[in-house]
Amino acid sequence: MKIRKLFSATIASLALGLSTSFAADTKVGFVYVGPINDGGWTQIHHENALVMKEYFGDQVEMVYQENVPEGADSERVMTQMALSGADLIFTTSYGYMDPTINVAKKFPGVKFEHATGFKRSENVSTYSARFYEGRAIQGHIAGRMTKSNIIGYIASVPIPEVVRGINSAYIHAKKVNPDVEFKIIWIYTWLDPAKEADAATALIEQGADVILQHTDTTAPHAAAAKAGNVITFGQAADMADFGPKPRVSSIIDDWAPYYIARTQAVIDGSWESVDTWHGIGDQMVGIGEISSAVPVDVKIEALALKFRLASGDYHPFTGPLKKQDGSAWLGDGEVANDGDLAGMFFYVEGINGDIPQ
Amino acid sequence: MDLSTINPALLVASLMISATPILLAALGETIVEKSGVLNLGVEGMMIIGAVVGLFSSIHFSNPYLGFVFAAIFASIFSGIFGIMVLYFKSNQVATGLGLTLVGLGLSSLIGEFLGSQKTELLEPVYFPFLSDLKFIGPMFFNHDILLYFSILLTLILYIFLKFSRAGMILRAVGENHDAAHALGYNVQLVRMLAIMFGGACSGLGGAYISLVRVPQWTDGLTAGTGWIALAIVVFSNWNASKVILGAYLFGGITVLQLNLQAAGVKIPVEVLSMSPYLVTICVLVFISVNGKNSSPGSLGKTFHI
Repeated sequence: MKIRKLFSATIASLALGLSTSFAADTKVGFVYVGPINDGGWTQIHHENALVMKEYFGDQVEMVYQENVPEGADSERVMTQMALSGADLIFTTSYGYMDPTINVAKKFPGVKFEHATGFKRSENVSTYSARFYEGRAIQGHIAGRMTKSNIIGYIASVPIPEVVRGINSAYIHAKKVNPDVEFKIIWIYTWLDPAKEADAATALIEQGADVILQHTDTTAPHAAAAKAGNVITFGQAADMADFGPKPRVSSIIDDWAPYYIARTQAVIDGSWESVDTWHGIGDQMVGIGEISSAVPVDVKIEALALKFRLASGDYHPFTGPLKKQDGSAWLGDGEVANDGDLAGMFFYVEGINGDIPQ
Repeated sequence: MDLSTINPALLVASLMISATPILLAALGETIVEKSGVLNLGVEGMMIIGAVVGLFSSIHFSNPYLGFVFAAIFASIFSGIFGIMVLYFKSNQVATGLGLTLVGLGLSSLIGEFLGSQKTELLEPVYFPFLSDLKFIGPMFFNHDILLYFSILLTLILYIFLKFSRAGMILRAVGENHDAAHALGYNVQLVRMLAIMFGGACSGLGGAYISLVRVPQWTDGLTAGTGWIALAIVVFSNWNASKVILGAYLFGGITVLQLNLQAAGVKIPVEVLSMSPYLVTICVLVFISVNGKNSSPGSLGKTFHI
């Protein structure tokens, strides 16, 4: 009996680790795919959520659930949140796309915001950041700084978002260094520190001296630091602890203004289903400080690129560009449209290997 | 595709590092299961070892002490399981799962204090002459002490189980606890010691992830390694020599498939990703299929005096 009590108490405390506070007018829920201290994707969502909470004070009650697996479990968590009175629920991983739509159908009065997906409905909005703009800057720095001309890329899950990042980084590395080669490893998960470290080590052992990652933890940085003379970039969060080297810069997600605006919309009753996709210009994508390990001329070029991207003067996917199979994609000076970008599932010319289907 | 980019020396060195946590945990669990106890808490004990190891390594600025404390704390942690299943006769499966859940939660709590602090790294052991050899040197003779310890431990446990008197008592207790009891052996004591030894081994395995393989803390760091270790014990038919084969196969193919991906081999990534699981199971089942099933007779059964 004792054991059963302990067992069920443990499960309950793990499964329902929702933070609750006093009753407020508006209740906002967040569903996270990783732990709130992963140092990356989830941590930054959580910190931005806390900024939102701080902004509204007692007016808003915030609840969250971390480590929610993508799939059926996430539906249960969202349902639980909706049942407990949440007015607005942010689901912060691509894999929550269908679960969000399903749960939203059952709770028409609750507003949902799904990060990085493309399925919307009456009460489901989507929001994402144009991370590929940041990838362009990473690619530029990587192409300029690599000595072995091999750049390792730890890819997570084969979805357009990740493919876009690879393409953008490759195009800009190639532009400044025609000899550059990308080695890409798919690890089929957003976070698994041991696997991320193993992948980084495998890439480094095969000659990569730059590691780009699309995974959530700082493990690749630790592996790079161990190997020495390899540079990395913070992903989602600044990961400044690993600077000035291996981490030389980063892409930082800044969701706080969006979280505040959307919560305000719910409070005002003006919430509508929208599709938001902001980049450096709208400050949803931040570029972390370019460290002293980067030569000054490279840093200046990178910052110039950042300002051209921010002003909209330059688009990372500007023709002429061909697809991997050599077929034409964008003509000279032509810019990719958002529809093409959202569904991008091909490599650009020059990248070796296939995208897992 | 360009296989020449794979450096075999570095590949073998990495696969040994990748296999060591699994090997340590699986060896410990082999002893536990040989004594007739099924402890599904390997994952929990590993992650406790991982977090305690890193914590004490940072605190004392000494990674070796990190391993010592990881073993001690994981062993005490497994002792809780031991007391529950042996003296309070709780269900081993449920208690083991509980141990994993508590371990994951507790480690995440302790991990709060760690943040992204960094640890000192283990120095490789230097073997005169051998370490300086070309190719063979970096492959086999440039590792840390724990890796050699895990291989030595395999040998010791193999001999212990097969030839030593204490090993036979342990097996007798696991095979038929009533008979062992009738012969005058203290079943509960033997099992308690086995459980705590298993805990210490799992703790070392976990600490190897947080101090060598990754080396840093992240919630859920072990990411299922404990379950792999459990599976390897079963597929290797509770035989220490096959446990090391299983661990090295799994660790090896995990690293190999990453290297093959990076080298751009024309095998679908999906197939490469599942290959460690598939190959390990196939090989171990194949080599075990003709031998007798040496699953301990009293495995998972509660002993009532």
